[in-house]
Order: sequence, then C-alpha cells, then structure tokens
Amino acid sequence: MVAAAAGAGSEVLPARVQMATTLGFHIILACMGIAFPTVVLVAEFIGRRRSDETALLLARRWSQAMGVLVAVGAITGTVLSFEMGLLWPGLMRQYGAVLGLPFGVEGLFFFLEAIFTAIYLYGWRRLPGWAHFWTGVPIAVSGIGGAMSVVAVNSWMNQPGGFTEQAGRIVAVNPWQVFFNHAAAYEMPHMIIAAYMVTGFMVASVYAVGILRGRRNRYHYTGFAIPFVLAAALTPFQLLVGDTAARSIASDQPVKFASMEYVARTGSDVPEYIGGIFVNGRVYGGLKIPGMDSLLVGFSTDTRVVGWESVPAAERPPAPWLLHLAFNAMVGLGTLLLLTGLWALVVWWRHRRLPRQRLFWLLAVVGGPAAIAAMESGWVVTEVGRQPWVVYGLLTTADAATTSGGVVGTLSIIVALYAVLGAATIVILRTMARRWRSSETQQPTVPYGPPPGPPSQPLSKVGT
Amino acid sequence: MAEVVGAILLAVITLYAIFGGADFGGGFWDLVAGGDRRGRAPRDLIDEAITPVWETNHMWLIFALVIFWTAFPDAFASVMTAAALPIWLAVLGIVLRGAGFAFRAEARRLSAQRALGATFALSSLLTPFFMGTVIGGIAAGQIPADATSASRSSWTGTTSLLTGLLFVGACAYLAAVYLIGEAARRDDHHLEVYFTRRAQASGVVTGALSFATLLALHSSNPTLFDRLTGRAFPLVIVGEAAGLGALAFLLTGRRRGLRVLAALGVAAVLWGWGVAQYPTLLPGTGITLTNAGAPHATLVALVVLFGVVVLLVAPSVLLLFSLQGRRRLVGGDAEGTVLAPWPLPGTLPLSGTPLSGAQPLQGSVRSQRASSDRTDAGGRAAPVVLLVVLLVVGALVSAVTRLARRVGPVAARRRT
Ligand code: HDD
Ligand code: HEM
Ligand code: HEM
Repeated sequence: MVAAAAGAGSEVLPARVQMATTLGFHIILACMGIAFPTVVLVAEFIGRRRSDETALLLARRWSQAMGVLVAVGAITGTVLSFEMGLLWPGLMRQYGAVLGLPFGVEGLFFFLEAIFTAIYLYGWRRLPGWAHFWTGVPIAVSGIGGAMSVVAVNSWMNQPGGFTEQAGRIVAVNPWQVFFNHAAAYEMPHMIIAAYMVTGFMVASVYAVGILRGRRNRYHYTGFAIPFVLAAALTPFQLLVGDTAARSIASDQPVKFASMEYVARTGSDVPEYIGGIFVNGRVYGGLKIPGMDSLLVGFSTDTRVVGWESVPAAERPPAPWLLHLAFNAMVGLGTLLLLTGLWALVVWWRHRRLPRQRLFWLLAVVGGPAAIAAMESGWVVTEVGRQPWVVYGLLTTADAATTSGGVVGTLSIIVALYAVLGAATIVILRTMARRWRSSETQQPTVPYGPPPGPPSQPLSKVGT
Repeated sequence: MAEVVGAILLAVITLYAIFGGADFGGGFWDLVAGGDRRGRAPRDLIDEAITPVWETNHMWLIFALVIFWTAFPDAFASVMTAAALPIWLAVLGIVLRGAGFAFRAEARRLSAQRALGATFALSSLLTPFFMGTVIGGIAAGQIPADATSASRSSWTGTTSLLTGLLFVGACAYLAAVYLIGEAARRDDHHLEVYFTRRAQASGVVTGALSFATLLALHSSNPTLFDRLTGRAFPLVIVGEAAGLGALAFLLTGRRRGLRVLAALGVAAVLWGWGVAQYPTLLPGTGITLTNAGAPHATLVALVVLFGVVVLLVAPSVLLLFSLQGRRRLVGGDAEGTVLAPWPLPGTLPLSGTPLSGAQPLQGSVRSQRASSDRTDAGGRAAPVVLLVVLLVVGALVSAVTRLARRVGPVAARRRT
C-alpha cells in the first residue's frame, strides 16, 4: 500500500489537484448556503418586528444574491458527488458502504434546503408577512444539518471507526459511530462556525467598502452591522474550538500535528514556531518560542510531543512547510478577526456607536477575504495533513485514485470552467448591486426574463 | 433488504426522470424555440415553470448517486471507472446548464442573456444523452466487473447510443406535456397548441426510439430482451398503453390525466428494465443486488433514511409544487424582490389572500385570476407542513445527539 503511494500513479496528482480545486471552490458557496439564510432571516426578523424598512429591503436584496449563490453551490456540489466516484473509485469501492450513510443524510437535508429556499426566494411577493419568514427557518436548520453530515464524512476519513472489516470487505457498520466519529466532535462545530464567519464577515465587507467610499447612510450601516455582529460574536468560540481541535490532533493524528508544528523528533519541551520555512532539516526564519508547543498541547513544558520521524518517510504528509504556514495563517487571521470584533465591542460599550477610525473600516473590508483565507487554510491543514492516507491509517490516496485515465484533461477543463463560473458569479452579483444602487426599474425587453411590467412602487407604499 | 434498496434506487431514478428529465426537456424546447422574437413566449413559459423547482428536482439525482454508491459500491466503482468519459460529459452538461440557468435570470445585457440561454439549452441535451448512453451500456452488459480502465465500448454500442437518443426524446416529450398544462393554467391558448403539437411529435419519436432500443437489445443482450418480452412484459405493455393513451389524449385535446399518463409511460419503461434485469445489477458480470458490497446494517440504514425522506420531503415537495402551481412563486424585479402586502393582520399565512389591486406586480392581472378563483386547501395546509417538518427535524437532532452521547466517541475498529 505504502509502496504504491511512494510510486504514485500518474493519475493521483491531477486527481488530488482537481479534488482540491473543486472543493476549495464549493466550500465558499457552501458557507454561504449554510449561513446566509440565517443572516437574511435576522434582517427579515428585525424588519418585520420593528417595521424597519431598511432591514426589510436588505433582506429582500440579500435573498436575491442568495439565490445565485445557492444555485452555484448546488452545481459545484453535484460535481463533487460525481467526483467521489469518478476520481476515487477505490475509496468508494472499499468504504462506500460506510461513508455513504452520512452522505445520505446530507442528501435529506439539502433536499429540504432546496425546497424551502425555492419557497422563500420566490415567495417574497406573494406569501404574506410572517408566513414568509417561517418558510426561511427550515433553510437555516437544514443548512446546519447538511454541513454536519458532510463534515461527518470528512471527519470519518480522519478518524475512521464504526465498522468491521474482514478479509478486505466491510461486514458490519454502526451508522451512529460512523456519523459521530472521534473527529466529528471538533470538526462539525469548527466548520459550521467557520461558515457563519465567512458569510458574516464577507457580507459586512461589502458594506464596509461602501461606507469607506462615503456612502454613510443608515442602509449601509444596517447592512454592515447585522452580519458583522453575528460573525464577530462567534469568533471567540471558533478559536476555542480550534484549540481543542489542535489538541485532539496531537493525540489522534500525531504525524499531522508534528508537520503542522515542525516537530521532527519526539520529545518534551518542544518549541513553537511562528512562521518559518522548513527545508533540509532546518527551520529558516520565523519566531521560535521555547517550550511553547509542549505547553499548548499539555499545559506543561514537560509534555511529550510525537515527531514525524516516528513513522517511515512514506507515511508522512508532504511539505510540512505548507501545513505549518497554513496553520499559522488560520490562527493569525482568526486572531485578527477577533481583534476587529473586540474593537467594535469596546467602542460600542463606551459610545454606543460603531468605530469612526478609518483603520477599523479597512480591517472590516479585509475581514471577509480574511475569513475565507482562514477557512481555506484550515482545509489545507486537514486534507494535506492526512496524506498519504485518504482514510487515515487504512487506505492510501494512491490506492483510492481512479485508473481510468484522462484526469489531466478533466482537470484542465474544470479549472477553466470554474474560473469562468467564479468570474460570472462575481459579475452577476456586482450587476445586481449596481442595479440596486441606481434603483432603475425598467427591464429591457428581452427573450429571457419576465415580461416588462409597471415599475414597482417605492417600498414605503408597499408597507402600508 | 438489498431488493428493497434496489427498488428504492429505481424509484428515485424514476422520480429524477419524471421531474428532472422534464427540466432538461424544457431546455430542449428552449433550444429549438427560434429567434428572439418568435421564441420569446415559449421561453418565458419555460423559464417561469422551471426556475423555482429545478434545484429541487435536481436533488433526486444526488439521492440516486448516494444510494448507488452506499448500497452497491462495487457496481458503482465499476460504472464510474468504465464509463468515466460519458459521465464527465453529463457532469459538464449539468454545470453548464445550471450556470446558464442561474445567471440568465439576472444577466442584464441581451447578448449575455443570449449566450447564457444558449448554454443552458445546449447543455440540456448533453446530460440526458450521455446519461442515456451509460444506462444503455449497463443494460447491454458492457460494464465489466472490477473495471480498472475506461472502456469505449461501455457507451458507444448501438444500444447505448439509441438509449441516449431515447432519453433526450423522453425528456422533451415529458416537458412538452407538462408545458401544455402550464400554458393552460395561464389561459394562453396559443402556447397550449404550440406545445401540444410538440408533445405529439416528440411522443411519436420517443415511441419509435424505444422500439429501436428494444430491437438493439435483442442482439446486444438477448437475456434481457427475453425477459423484457417475458416476465417484464406486463410493464412494457403498460408503458406502451400509457404512451398510446397519452397520444390519443393529445390528439383529442383532453387535458385531465394527460401528465399522469405521460409520466406513467416513462416510469413503466424504467421499471420494465429493472424487473427484467433483476437480480443482476451489472448484466454480463456476476454482480447482483445482494453481492455488490454493502453489509446488512448499511442497507437497513438506507431504508430507514428513505422512510424519513418520504416523511419529510414528500409534504415539502407537495407544498412547493402546490405553491408553484398556484403561481405563488415568482421571480424578483429590479428592486430585489417585491413584498407581499404587509403587514396583513388576521390573514391566515399562505391562505390565498386575494392579491390587492394596488400591489405592484408584474403581470398582476393574470395572476389575480389565477389565484383568486380557487379555494386554497393546499395553502392552508402549509403552516401545518412547516410545523411537522420542523418538529421532526428537531426530534431527529435531539435523538441523534442523545444517542451519540450514549454511544460515545468510541472508534470501534476491528481488522482481521
Ligand atoms: C473562519 C475560519 C477559521 C478560523 C478563524 C480558524 N479555523 Fe481552524 N479550521 C477552519 C476554519 C477556521 C476550517 C476550514 O473550517 C477547518 C478545516 C476542517 C475543519 O473542520 O475546519 C479548520 C481546521 C482546523 C484544524 C485541523 C483539523 C483537522 O485536521 O482535522 C485545526 C487544528 C484548527 N482548525 C485549529 C484552529 C485554531 C487553533 C484556530 C485559532 C486560534 C483556528 N483553527 C481558527
Ligand atoms: C467534507 C467534505 C470533504 C471530503 C469528503 C473530502 C474528500 C477528499 C478526498 C477524497 C480527497 C482526495 C484524497 C486525498 O488527497 O486524501 C481530498 C483531497 C483534498 N481535499 Fe478534501 N474533502 C472534503 C473537504 C475539503 C474542503 C472543503 C477542502 C477545501 C479546500 C478540501 C481540500 C482538499 C485538498 C487541498 C486536497 C488535496 C490533498 C493533497 O493532495 O495533498 N477538502 N479530499
Ligand atoms: C465541508 C465540506 C462541505 C460543506 C460544508 C458543504 C455544504 C454544502 C451546502 C450548505 C450546500 C447547499 C448548497 C448551497 O446552499 O450553496 C451544498 C451543496 C451540495 N454539496 Fe456540499 N458541502 C461540502 C462538501 C461537499 C462534498 C465533499 C460533496 C460531495 C461529495 C458535496 C455535495 C454537495 C451537493 C451534491 C450539493 C447540492 C445540493 C443541492 O442540489 O442543493 N458537498 N454543500
């Protein structure tokens, strides 16, 4: 098995790159799918409860953007479902009967999500009042359920359990233990909070840009505050969960942890590196804090930390520097986001208003991309750190990969296609925003789209 | 248990064919609707009919995939390896179609809309055709067990190609039949006639293609052919009868029951295939329903899961379709989306509030007629459905967490 991994077949590398590309793309939309409904619902709730037309207008506009994002999320998710078989038939042949079950639960939740999203999005005009609000609640609930299920699969790949294998075949499965495997305890909350952070900071970013450009009106401040408060409130919890995750990994997947933290040889009083590049057995650059790593793992500098030299080279993840820097990036960006939130909190405490400093708003603009970068780095840590295993300790990536050929071709097409898809999504969202800003109402007469009708009335009239 | 799961898989595939297939068929009619001006009315109708529901219909495909790989991993891996190329092409179609469709509604410039619309329409052909070739390849026994490389023969045989065409035809036929109803609901007589003609034509073509496919099977997989004319013959007859009946309805202008007949025809053909193939999963190999890989507990879990799906999804889908049918679900406009009259104290949620004349709706005159002349029994059920769904989800979540706590995070793993 391990020998096969070392002499990796020609399809393995492109297959991995393709999986990483498609997942890295899907996950951003998935975050929006998980958390955006909640953000929209909060706005709608405030709008209806306090008869706040600004909030209501925001909710309506956000849900239009959500429509596009959810559709792109569904498409890219479908690609992933096929890829599980097209790229990793070895994984599915061996463990499909085990990891298929959480995927089934995912299917259930996404089904509900798709249905109620349709009702919510297209029901704005003709479902009255609170009834419309309530059709949105199942979306938020099933988004979380769906995320739990998919992450169950991923955490199972990190800490496989809940099944019995005899002579290479699965003979018994315990669905509960598969779903709630050892790694699920931290991966599920960590991912779901990450989704809320990505969505919250990203939406807030958009309005922070507007505010920096001088659009200092109630509309922009409300659009900023709702998602920002939600995301910033969750950030401290995210750091706590992440800390727990790191400690669990130190005991459950020690080699992954060693690569994250540049621990070559097992020992105690292990130093912590911040930054730095590991090449030729040495760490260049970076800040070295003696004993800190042991302290973080076991609350004492005497804690023994396992090094990667405890396993043969073929069983170590590639490129520790990538894991280490990705891990540092996640923690660093998380801390930055925490500070941004604290800043707003302190100013609110003292003055009951948002900060006025330009630096705060610049930070807020960076917040969205920063949250996305933290989330992507986290996935790099998880996935690359699991190498060479696809199912930790049981099945190597090389043995799981397809042998049908042509992956370089599909990879090229996918990269081109996703580039266009991503660009188109952004263009469409910007077109929408521009349209909202100019509040033009006349639709051009075109073959695609609804027939032209009377221009809509200003909102204030509708609400009465 | 494997038989039950096999039946569930076939049922899900059938649902996908009937609902998702029609969405692809809509793309077909969009493609052939002609220039901007001439094609505008049918395109609008297709747009309005599909937009709110395509994602939901699409979910049946995801379910079929998941059940396939969970219950029959060996067969799944073989199909995905041997028929990788056509499946990739089908996926390409799904991506292009979804993207074209999602963006088209929002794109502003006519040229962009045209390009996106064309993408949507063209890719609607890609997916059914290539999925058809794969199904045809399976039926013809062209997928080897334990496949380790892609094989051209898995999808380029006569049976495969004919099945591909058959799928395209069936999708177009279903879509045309459904669209007749949509047009009728809008009192658009012109479009009604338009789609009736197209339904007739595509019905005849699809019928002919299904015969041709059957003949091709005679040489490519005689066993399956014998069973199709043997034990599965009643289903084949039902399919034929439903197809002919639908055609008769189309010619005489009868509307009631037309959709059901058309869907029944397609379903009967699929089930005929399933019954004829039983218990083999991949003809020409030793892979059957029972030895394709999953242990008993997995199969039981899948059956339970499907029960929950039926419990939760069925009422939700009905709610969605009933709202869609009563044209409660409409797209946005330049101002984001326009609100329903709000607040309306005392109105039952969703209970068919007559739309007030002051409401700034596009095409509001038409829709008033469409929704005020019905007593909305389905609408009144909506809050109940919501409540039940929420309760069941809540109960499930709490049960799961409680059980999880009892089971604990043990990673029971035994290797022998
Ligand atoms: C907004 C995003 C975000 C932020 C601010 C953080 N994380 Fe994170 N992290 C993720 C988003 C994320 C993630 C992308 O969601 C991952 C990937 C897999 C997972 O479950 O969560 C992840 C994985 C992940 C892992 C690897 C889990 C595994 O390999 O199974 C560790 C050890 C941490 N995180 C630790 C932390 C620490 C100590 C943080 C801050 C102090 C932190 N994370 C902030
Ligand atoms: C929960 C869902 C996920 C599942 C089931 C999953 C599954 C997989 C599989 C099967 C592979 C290939 C085998 C391997 O290289 O180990 C892989 C690789 C990879 N995935 Fe994930 N993944 C998930 C989430 C993510 C996300 C959200 C990202 C976001 C960036 C991601 C990033 C990667 C990367 C970078 C690789 C390549 C690792 C390498 O080649 O070194 N994964 N994943
Ligand atoms: C951690 C990783 C993942 C998370 C959190 C996640 C979450 C989500 C969410 C929330 C959606 C809803 C669509 C939206 O609203 O945008 C979605 C869609 C989807 N995802 Fe993912 N996903 C992940 C990885 C995967 C993987 C690995 C697969 C398949 C192997 C997958 C398959 C799908 C499918 C099929 C859909 C479409 C559902 C629909 O049609 O509505 N996802 N995902």
